[in-house]
Amino acid sequence: MVDLPRHNANFCAIHLQQLCVRQVQRAISDFSMFDDSARILVAVSGGKDSLALWDMLVELGYRADGLYIGLGIGEYSEESHRITSAFATERGLTLHTVDLRDEHGFDIPTAARATRRVPCSACGLSKRHIFDRETTRLGYDVLATGHNLDDEAAVLLGNTIRWDVDYLTRQYPVLEAGHGFPRKVKPLARLTEREMAAWCVIRGIDYVVEECPMAIGNRHSGYKETLNEMDERSPGTKASFYLGFLDRMAPLIRSTPASQGAPEACPSCGAPSSSSETPCAFCRLESTASAHEPVPVRMVLNRTARRAFDAQWGEE
Amino acid sequence: MIVRLRQPRREVEMAGGRAAYAVLHDLGLSREGHLIIRNGTLVPSDTMLEDGDVVEIRPVISGG
Repeated sequence: MVDLPRHNANFCAIHLQQLCVRQVQRAISDFSMFDDSARILVAVSGGKDSLALWDMLVELGYRADGLYIGLGIGEYSEESHRITSAFATERGLTLHTVDLRDEHGFDIPTAARATRRVPCSACGLSKRHIFDRETTRLGYDVLATGHNLDDEAAVLLGNTIRWDVDYLTRQYPVLEAGHGFPRKVKPLARLTEREMAAWCVIRGIDYVVEECPMAIGNRHSGYKETLNEMDERSPGTKASFYLGFLDRMAPLIRSTPASQGAPEACPSCGAPSSSSETPCAFCRLESTASAHEPVPVRMVLNRTARRAFDAQWGEE
Repeated sequence: MIVRLRQPRREVEMAGGRAAYAVLHDLGLSREGHLIIRNGTLVPSDTMLEDGDVVEIRPVISGG
């Protein structure tokens, strides 16, 4: 049994599962994410959200395969891959794997050092590029990601604090396909991290509990902590903030790929890009990072993250 | 009772006979951000924890 403060109730295993499935079904229906015949590619990382999403979609009878990207973040990535592979094997599911170093000659710690930028920048860029590419290349109708309500509320808070109107107009549980980009959906957008973790525990799903060592202390985590503090005092605040945005603000400001200018194609990889004369951001990252000597993950962590990493995985 | 924590992994010994939410409060942890798993079973945070229990306090927030 688990308590869900925003619902002011305790939920037994059966009703927790019922709640989660209904919320996912509602998200799929409300936002017309995909139909029963769709071939869905689920971006899986070994964390609770992506594995719970995959589990739920399969449980609901959808044709859902997984895509795992090996980011080269030391033991964290090794454990993530092991857990994801085991999840797929135990259920007879198809898992595609792309290893960043094997296919592109770099990993995230090395990219962070080579570009002198925060690791999450190279990570996000690489994942988006590979998810888009593989979804199209493998012929899937839609890419589903495990972004949950906490994730979306934190992003919304950040976009609002910065008044980043461009991002606010595109924050939605569905990104329409267009101009070479596949359709992308977030079926967990109505569910919190607490509910996803409870789903995994109740269903006996093994997942990576530890945070990515490169994400410790980042701004996104800070926004989540702030929202959770508000939710502790007034349960339901996060949901009200994000779902209220979807209901009342997003319809007024939402933009779609069709309403934006058509991009060019990268002269190097052919992916949608702002220019057909210079390589896209991912190709530029690949060029810079693959030329750099490999860097162990510990060397690009801040002091706090390094202590946590050593405590969890031991010193390299 | 044994209380197992994460990020980083560690164990602390605490006296039983207290509600889980009180233990969370003493450890400076939020209810919304943590699940309580007592002797392998997920329990709500108003559960009384007793001497001899093995309690995992599992963080649910992922930063990636």
